[in-house]
Amino acid sequence: MADYVQNGQRISAGQYTETVGDYIREGVLTLVVVLAFTTFVLFIAGAPPLDAYYHIFKGSLGSWGKFTHVIKAWIPLTLCSCGLLYTFRIGLWNIGVEGQVVMGAIFTTYALRFGIATPFPLVFLALSFAAGIAGGALWALLAGFLKTKGGVHEIFAGLGLNFVAQGTVLWLIFGPWKRPGVASMSGTEIFPTDLWLPYISSLRISPIGLACALGALILTAAMLRYTRVGLYLKAIGNNPNSAYLLGLKPNRYMLIAMICAGGFAGLAGSMQVAGVYHRLIPSISSNYGYLSLLVVMLANFNVWIAPLVAFFFACLNVGSIQLPMMLQLDSSLSGVIQGTLVLATLAVHAWRIRQKTRGARP
Amino acid sequence: MSDFHVTILLASVIAAAAPILLATLGETITEKSGIINLSLDGTILLSAMCAFVIALKTDNILLGFVAASLVGALVAGMVAFFSIYLKQSQVAVGFVLTLMTRDLAYFIGSPYSRMPGPQVGPMPVPFLSEIPFFGDVLFRHNLPVYFSMVMIGVAWWYVYKTRLGLRLRSVGENPEASYARGINPNRVQMVYALCGGLLVGLAGATFSLCIKPGWGQPQGAEGTGWIALALVIFGGWNPVKAALGAYLFAFLQVMSIYFQGWLPSIPAQVFQVAPFPLMIFILVIMFFAQRESFVRWAKDKPVVRAVIRALSSAAPSSLGRRYSEE
Repeated sequence: MADYVQNGQRISAGQYTETVGDYIREGVLTLVVVLAFTTFVLFIAGAPPLDAYYHIFKGSLGSWGKFTHVIKAWIPLTLCSCGLLYTFRIGLWNIGVEGQVVMGAIFTTYALRFGIATPFPLVFLALSFAAGIAGGALWALLAGFLKTKGGVHEIFAGLGLNFVAQGTVLWLIFGPWKRPGVASMSGTEIFPTDLWLPYISSLRISPIGLACALGALILTAAMLRYTRVGLYLKAIGNNPNSAYLLGLKPNRYMLIAMICAGGFAGLAGSMQVAGVYHRLIPSISSNYGYLSLLVVMLANFNVWIAPLVAFFFACLNVGSIQLPMMLQLDSSLSGVIQGTLVLATLAVHAWRIRQKTRGARP
Repeated sequence: MSDFHVTILLASVIAAAAPILLATLGETITEKSGIINLSLDGTILLSAMCAFVIALKTDNILLGFVAASLVGALVAGMVAFFSIYLKQSQVAVGFVLTLMTRDLAYFIGSPYSRMPGPQVGPMPVPFLSEIPFFGDVLFRHNLPVYFSMVMIGVAWWYVYKTRLGLRLRSVGENPEASYARGINPNRVQMVYALCGGLLVGLAGATFSLCIKPGWGQPQGAEGTGWIALALVIFGGWNPVKAALGAYLFAFLQVMSIYFQGWLPSIPAQVFQVAPFPLMIFILVIMFFAQRESFVRWAKDKPVVRAVIRALSSAAPSSLGRRYSEE
């Protein structure tokens, strides 16, 4: 079905081509909308808007120490976004990515617990990463089976499993894995430092974490562009019925996409445990799963734009931590900005297409 | 547990179910028209925050409810606007809104956390509340709880027994055919998105002004919106069945408090998340129950057949699909 008309030809919304000027105009308009709304929200909260923006900027890129925190947030966000590219490609809404991060973290913690006071901490660290990937993939596979075999929409299967994963974390922290003495919301006991993800002490950045994120990006780009699986995912995502007639099995590829997504999300969970918190805490996922859904949407499902968006979102998240200290504001402002940005981008883009094609419609 | 009374238990189930019920009914009406509003969870929090803050500042509970329902309608209206006029995915917009409105609620509401505030007082119905047992269970609540109970019948009657309800369902099933019959599907979808949003907003106000009075982070209403969305499916897009689901869920919620007392060896977290896997389980059963092999097996088993008939349902055919005049 043709949605739009360009140069006298009927085309669908996805085929609509835009010039660089269009992109710049849309970008500027989007930023104006976002800034106007955010300033309005700050005005309601009775806060000085410019100070708030300044503190977010200074709190994220103002010093090397802050920048390392941004990188620590960027790594899991990028990993999750890579995973989501597979599921979005085939048309699945993998909202369960949040629970897959949590499951990855649980499996990682489980593996690391065996590595305490052994002579080979690095072996267990590597094993724990494999466990994290397996945990995330298993949790995704469960949602996938519920979708393909059980007829449960992936959004509800994923959401239900998110809550179950979150409940499991709380149960482990307050039950079997509680700290000697008293269980508390601060999480399990901190692992010995030889089980921490190694990092360069002068830079305070972990090369392994960065390598994982960059490797995930390259692998995902290559998989989606150059392999048969990538092509089939796209074919099924674009038209499940014709793909089925061509002899592709949509269900099988949905499960493959879910396993890929869950694996990357699980790895993100491993990073959170081994690289950031060094223990299991109730909010181990830091909402990065849900946030990465916004990242991928804002990046328009492009594998090379996603890490840039993820970096910007990481800056907002890290920078807004300053707000409670400096201005007695809640740090959830970052979420407001991120959500508004995605909505404004969708709206401005759609509105401009509407403007340009007005009157040309049949 | 010595203080276990069936009357108190049932009365607290009726009260606890009120906001879930309002949200579920609102979403059922919206989805009947073919729009899926995924933003429920955040909308409930934002409207709960607005209700509390407005009621606190103006010292007028009614204004709190009005503000909350307007907020609910506004968010739902955005989902519908993005879908109808900007041709964007309802799921995408709803999901972004659910995260955004939640953060907005936390951000604007944080100065009002843990503040004492106004609260709807109990209002026993004269005469009816004197009926033994039923009076205590049904007629010793506050106004929003009565409203939620009345809305079950009103929603069912409106959707299935009125001319406007027929138009609503026809748009959800087949917007093209409705258009051919002289109905404007876009307008109908917008109207019922707004109506559903009003009810969702009231659900939020019922939380912060009745069931879990006050505002905080977390407020205690987190997760309700997702439950309501699942209950719509559980109820097969039928207001009465969805309402039964809401009561069942509230029953589980209330019972979890008792279970913790009875079975201290099972950790509290298990009871808190138990409804979610249960919901998935029921959805799976419903799916398998519609299979031909199962239907054949259940043919000479009247009880099984009755249960299956009660559970089986179909979504409005054009749910989530964009309608365009071509």
